[in-house]
Amino acid sequence: MANTAIVADESTDHLWDGGVTPMKVSYGKLMMWFFLLSDAFTFSALLITYGMIRYSHPAYEGAIQDFAFSQEYWPIPEMVFEAVPFLHGIHAPLVFVGIMTFILILSSVTMVLAVEAGHRMDKKGVEKWMLWTLVGGALFLGCQAWEWSHFIDGSDISNNVGSNTFMGANLSFNQYGPPNFAALFFFITGFHGFHVFSGVMLNFIIFYQTVTGKLERVGHYEMVEKVGLYWHFVDLVWVFVFTFFYLV
Amino acid sequence: MEHQKNQVQVIPADPAKIKKIWKVAGILAAITAVEFVIAFTVPSSGARNFVFIALTLWKAFYIVSEFMHLGHERKSLIMSIMLPLLFVIFFIFIMMYQGARIFEALY
Repeated sequence: MANTAIVADESTDHLWDGGVTPMKVSYGKLMMWFFLLSDAFTFSALLITYGMIRYSHPAYEGAIQDFAFSQEYWPIPEMVFEAVPFLHGIHAPLVFVGIMTFILILSSVTMVLAVEAGHRMDKKGVEKWMLWTLVGGALFLGCQAWEWSHFIDGSDISNNVGSNTFMGANLSFNQYGPPNFAALFFFITGFHGFHVFSGVMLNFIIFYQTVTGKLERVGHYEMVEKVGLYWHFVDLVWVFVFTFFYLV
Repeated sequence: MEHQKNQVQVIPADPAKIKKIWKVAGILAAITAVEFVIAFTVPSSGARNFVFIALTLWKAFYIVSEFMHLGHERKSLIMSIMLPLLFVIFFIFIMMYQGARIFEALY
């Protein structure tokens, strides 16, 4: 803590135009917090909508071994998300989404380390950890692309929708359950994936500005902190999406 | 800061701080691992969902408080961010109630 205090106290950059610092944070950081608060409302609304729509459909009642996809009831998530790349036909519930969760948590950790290096004006450290954060974000996006394409194409098990046999999912029908199940999957994980994508873009800009020495010339690495807040928020949202979409 | 242009002082890392970061990371990974064990061993029930939500909030606390550093900010900032989220709790209850009524009307 003592180290960071030196950097923060000597600089007057964090003073607002009125010459004071409300809540002892810079203007940019406070606005990032308020933006994240509004974004938290958006994601809460989406997840609560998921809860409401799920509640308004019948739940599957019976032994989990006998579970089969049907339009009549809401599917059990671990029976839908059970595929892993290169392991075709093997029932591995939630394994792939677990890997995605760990990737995102790890990239959040490397982001904290980048912010920490920024406090110490350690350019090399910021470069290294920002690069790892970028790798984590890109890996997560790749995983999500695979997950989506598998969800859309379907597996070997097709299902009867009305009088037709249907495989995979689109916005009108899906083999897994009621139409709203796929619609909510696309909307919620898609909106989160878009946040991850913008996060990777922002991280790249910061990484670039670090490498070219721009942030060092500015005299502090506060941009790393601000973008870091956004990146942690994306991780935070995934923690909730993971629980409410995949576990519960 | 202009005079420092060519010789930026790099402050050496504080091992205690780095250790703390990895400790929080370890806690997050451990909680996620526990969630998996529960998902595979315990049959679905209301109590299981309650445990999942509790573990999720526990993880959220560590991310927001340590990684996002909110726990170390001024109390006024903590309250400015946390208090508006009370609306979310209110929203959860009305929408769950709504969902149950729709279910009753349809089935």
